Amino acid sequence: MRKHHPSPAASQDSPAYDPRQAPINGKLGPDEKIQLYRDMVRIRRFEERCLRSYQQGRIGGFLHLYTGQESVVVGANSVLSRHDHMITAYRDHGHALAVGMGMNELMAELYGKYTGCSKGKGGSMHFFDPTRNYWGGHGIVGGQVPLGTGLAFAIKYKGIKGASLTFMGDGAVNQGTVHEACNIAALWSLPVVFIIENNGYSMGTSQERSSAGGSLARRAAAYAMAWDVAENGHDVYEVRDKVDRALRRAHDESLPTVLEIDTYRYRGHSVSDPDTTYRDKKEIEEYKRTKDPIMVFQNALIAEGVLSDAQIRTIDEAARREAETSANYAEQSPYPTVEDIKKDVYWEEDNPQDKKSQGRIFFDE
Amino acid sequence: MPVITYREALNQAMAEELERDPSVVLMGEEVGQFHGAYKVSEGLLARFGPKRVIDTPISEAGFIGLGIGAAMLGLRPVMELMFWSFYSVAFDQIFNNAANIRYMSGGLINCPIVIRGPANGGTNVGATHSHTPEAIAAYHPGIKVVVPSTAYDAKGLLKSAIRDNDPVMFMENTILYNDKGEIPEGEYLVPLGQAALRREGRDISIIGHGRPIQMALKAAAMLEEKHNIKAEVLDLRSIRPLDEEAILATVRKTNRVLIVEENKPFCGIGAQLTYLIQDKGFDHLDAPVKRLTSMDAPAIYSKPLEEQQIPNPQRIFDAALAVLK
Repeated sequence: MRKHHPSPAASQDSPAYDPRQAPINGKLGPDEKIQLYRDMVRIRRFEERCLRSYQQGRIGGFLHLYTGQESVVVGANSVLSRHDHMITAYRDHGHALAVGMGMNELMAELYGKYTGCSKGKGGSMHFFDPTRNYWGGHGIVGGQVPLGTGLAFAIKYKGIKGASLTFMGDGAVNQGTVHEACNIAALWSLPVVFIIENNGYSMGTSQERSSAGGSLARRAAAYAMAWDVAENGHDVYEVRDKVDRALRRAHDESLPTVLEIDTYRYRGHSVSDPDTTYRDKKEIEEYKRTKDPIMVFQNALIAEGVLSDAQIRTIDEAARREAETSANYAEQSPYPTVEDIKKDVYWEEDNPQDKKSQGRIFFDE
Repeated sequence: MPVITYREALNQAMAEELERDPSVVLMGEEVGQFHGAYKVSEGLLARFGPKRVIDTPISEAGFIGLGIGAAMLGLRPVMELMFWSFYSVAFDQIFNNAANIRYMSGGLINCPIVIRGPANGGTNVGATHSHTPEAIAAYHPGIKVVVPSTAYDAKGLLKSAIRDNDPVMFMENTILYNDKGEIPEGEYLVPLGQAALRREGRDISIIGHGRPIQMALKAAAMLEEKHNIKAEVLDLRSIRPLDEEAILATVRKTNRVLIVEENKPFCGIGAQLTYLIQDKGFDHLDAPVKRLTSMDAPAIYSKPLEEQQIPNPQRIFDAALAVLK
């Protein structure tokens, strides 16, 4: 399904590359490992609860579920410092939970409620939390990639610590904005890590039907940019190691990287995709059976003696309860008012005490 | 009072704001070493250095998007489009990202960016380089649109735009770059959303913005000379926000209106103003509102024809007489 070329970074790895031995993973304590596991389970249970609410007609619009890809954002987020920034595309629920946004505010946003993270103005594809350096949540494929590059530019311009983790899907790599951003990032030595979450399908079109040239990340070579592939993106340890390496390049040398992380989504592109036209159900079942990121990590932690059956049950029950609570919270929350429609359009209109301009700014009265 | 060109006025505005606020950064194609394709940023690289004045590749979606991302994190980028015509290459970045980010984040994120450059025809370069997108830009809630017609306004409005916390589309005119005007000694600002009465009259109001205002003033002189018609000329200066009071005041005074713009007619600025005037000034009208736009075809290359296609003093003169018939 996916074609890869050996990356320059991979060639430095010994054939017996074991991400467990990587320094970033070696220093993980049991509690931290359990937290990674919990974060993945929380995303999965949240997404499942979203799907139920959608099927019940409580959520409208598009709903792009992250189920199956949990190890990518949980692994990546877990190596970030508080100085680092994250931005992604429309499959953004997992990222929002990983950075610490609460299920309540996310679910309420999906319900279109005023208590949602964007007061019901953004919806599923547009979650933001700048207090957590989380810059969305963007609906247009590839559109967020220049923005993420701009975050890196601002970090470097201000002379502050940090890097920009700019996520995109495998479908985005054929958008011009991605190439423009890569060129500028390499040209100006910006501290950005472009992460391609390669789930194999840009909507319903497989990589081989959409992207010429094998490894997507290898395109970075044209910009003399470092690139790497995490072929076992279902393994949270490998994700952590690969992201950490790229992040250090950004932090220590102010250099960009393209990192492709192989992953898989269990649901259709969005929930309105019946998922019957472009892949075999067996393919999904096979991935779930052999590579499910939660199962793989659960087995690893059991083998390591870190996680017990009782803990697994407790974590799962707590995540289900939390998701259920969020649905109730969203259900009981008020909708925005008609007056809210025209708030948050212009900074100046929302801050009349500091308003400098004059005249009419809205034209519907 | 010093007399400077429209170009120098823009240059001074950027220099003063670069000096005043370290978060201001100037980016665009050829803005640094080349001094700007139209020399608007001349000398700024030498004065402020390559950290503040940055040459970009020819990559409008990429660098405009980068500026928007930088603005989200607190910078105040002033982005030059060599021609506003190139906005179409960066359309998604401007009108999905800059325009919507505050709204979609429920007010959590601001985008204090200025995108500036020339937006005009009349330069004999054909359709791709002659777009005037102020109506398209102003269509988008979240966006502000400013169009200076004089050196004084170019400086005062650009300084206000750079300090504004919302995204401002600042549309200049290559043909005005050498026009001279008086400016005060010392700092001044022109607020967005405030029109300027360029000529007082009693018989007809000619309302417009940008270079057509200079043409309207010539047409107004011809009207007075040949027919003793006293035309009032109102320069909007800012499209969004719009000085509705100034528009209605001149309508109440003259009771006849001609709207002049370089845009095409369909959903142009004139269409919006005509709606406004009939809605709020209906009882003060003695004749239907007319508008004079560019002729409704892509911008023609041939120079003598292009001068006929866009507004010119003679066309404005004729259109004003038609309103007064």
